[in-house]
Amino acid sequence: MVHETLAATNAVVTLDVALPDVFWGWFVTMNMWAKSIGTGLIFMLFLLLRKNSSDMSGLRTPAIIVSFVMMNVFLLFTLADLHQPFRMWHIFFYPHWTSAITVGAWMATVFVGLEFVMVAMMIRKDKCLLTNNAIASFDKLLFWVTLLAIPVTLYTAGIMAEATARELWQMPTESVQMILAATLSGSAAIILLGGSKLSEESQRFFGAILGLSALMAFVIYMSEYIFGAMKSEEVAVILGYVKGNGEYATMFWIGQWVAYILPMVLVALSRTSGSASILKLAAILAIVGLWIVKHVWLVIPQLLPLS
Amino acid sequence: MQLGFLVDLHLCMGCKGCEIACKVENEVPLSTWRLRVKYVDVGTFPETKRTFTPLRCNHCENAPCVRICPVSALHYIDNGIVNIDKERCIGCAGCVMACPYGAIYIDPETQTADKCTYCAHRIASSMMPACVVACPVEANIFGDLEDPKSNISKYIQSHTDVQVRKPEKGTNPHHFYVGASQVHLNPLASKREEGYNLFNKITKLPLGGHH
Ligand code: SF4
Ligand code: SF4
Repeated sequence: MVHETLAATNAVVTLDVALPDVFWGWFVTMNMWAKSIGTGLIFMLFLLLRKNSSDMSGLRTPAIIVSFVMMNVFLLFTLADLHQPFRMWHIFFYPHWTSAITVGAWMATVFVGLEFVMVAMMIRKDKCLLTNNAIASFDKLLFWVTLLAIPVTLYTAGIMAEATARELWQMPTESVQMILAATLSGSAAIILLGGSKLSEESQRFFGAILGLSALMAFVIYMSEYIFGAMKSEEVAVILGYVKGNGEYATMFWIGQWVAYILPMVLVALSRTSGSASILKLAAILAIVGLWIVKHVWLVIPQLLPLS
Repeated sequence: MQLGFLVDLHLCMGCKGCEIACKVENEVPLSTWRLRVKYVDVGTFPETKRTFTPLRCNHCENAPCVRICPVSALHYIDNGIVNIDKERCIGCAGCVMACPYGAIYIDPETQTADKCTYCAHRIASSMMPACVVACPVEANIFGDLEDPKSNISKYIQSHTDVQVRKPEKGTNPHHFYVGASQVHLNPLASKREEGYNLFNKITKLPLGGHH
């Protein structure tokens, strides 16, 4: 923990009743994780529509329902994390637009509203036999929802950037990590949802997205791990929690292996062997590992004493 | 008007009078503090001395807590104080994550954010903040930074070692220290050793189920 202390001063804190430590705990991890899957599925559905629309037929309904459910999980945990959840409406009646929390809450609400319309379209289609109209409207709406999914994915990085006390969370990096988390978990989710409904070509395509997302996210984490300490003393101390005998070192590496390293290897294996089961295993690991990775990165800057 | 604080650390003797006066004045609950005095021991026995640093909200000119608050519960008032409206606060803890000085806490009784307000309610009645009144050595100097004739302005003019905490954060604090060293102001300049704290077993009131 100590960074700048000098042998000459031998300074020891003997009384400092610092305020309690981890304020954003696993509820916020759930929030980020569920949102990544929710928006990631939308990105993947849009890519599938553009690339291989014939594979969409059995996927629209399950994918939009899973995305909608995950977005509701995200909203639920956001709400539950508030110390005054019954005052959530203040965000809509007293919005403060410099806050990424406000902007995000508004965008996420519109996003979930649009997803609800899409879910309703798919359900209505079955009942009213309006197959063609509903699907055409769904696909049109998907374009706008995909556009909105970009800022909805990114706004959490904005909140992290506004958290001035937490030096580890830097804006350009966190934005990229948010998008990669969405493409990683979205491709993993669509591989699992699509199963044999996806053509071999689509499976390879989403496998490639999964593998590349894992690779890029891993490279960014390793860059931070190796070089982060060279620019900022606070980052150096924070990274100490995931290095050596650091409190979160084991969890950090479990996360990196489960979310990124193993999925990368498994995607490569599935491509050479053509095995769909190996690809599914990679997808499951990526989704589980992402939670761990996000949790560690969320908690460690909060362990740093600020006073 | 821009109200500000200055603490002359040459004078402070760590009596914690300000801390207690603040607790009483603002009914700050157990296990939370708007103002606290940090002790750092320096040197090797028997050549040791103890340093004291009163820590409170800096009422930053460019306050990250105000920027991140989604409902403007944290806001500026005309005299430059960063105030909080506890009725408005939704308890998102965004401000706790944003304040680089750890000055904000979640009040376990109201489940809302709270912090030093420079005793805005007392100032509205032309009284000094409770900590200023309580300090037996007048180490706390409070006044209008925009008035060159105020005590605080004169103090700043007549001292060369006027410092703020973490200037690199770009917050422009309205809270200054005279006679401070790195050990006083930089949390990374001193060790925190388990078992060597005067208060090792602080009872914390529960804040909700998910921490
Ligand atoms: S010290 Fe912290 S709480 Fe006070 S104004 Fe600055 S950022 Fe806000
Ligand atoms: S906890 Fe309250 S004061 Fe702090 S940012 Fe959230 S709403 Fe604003």
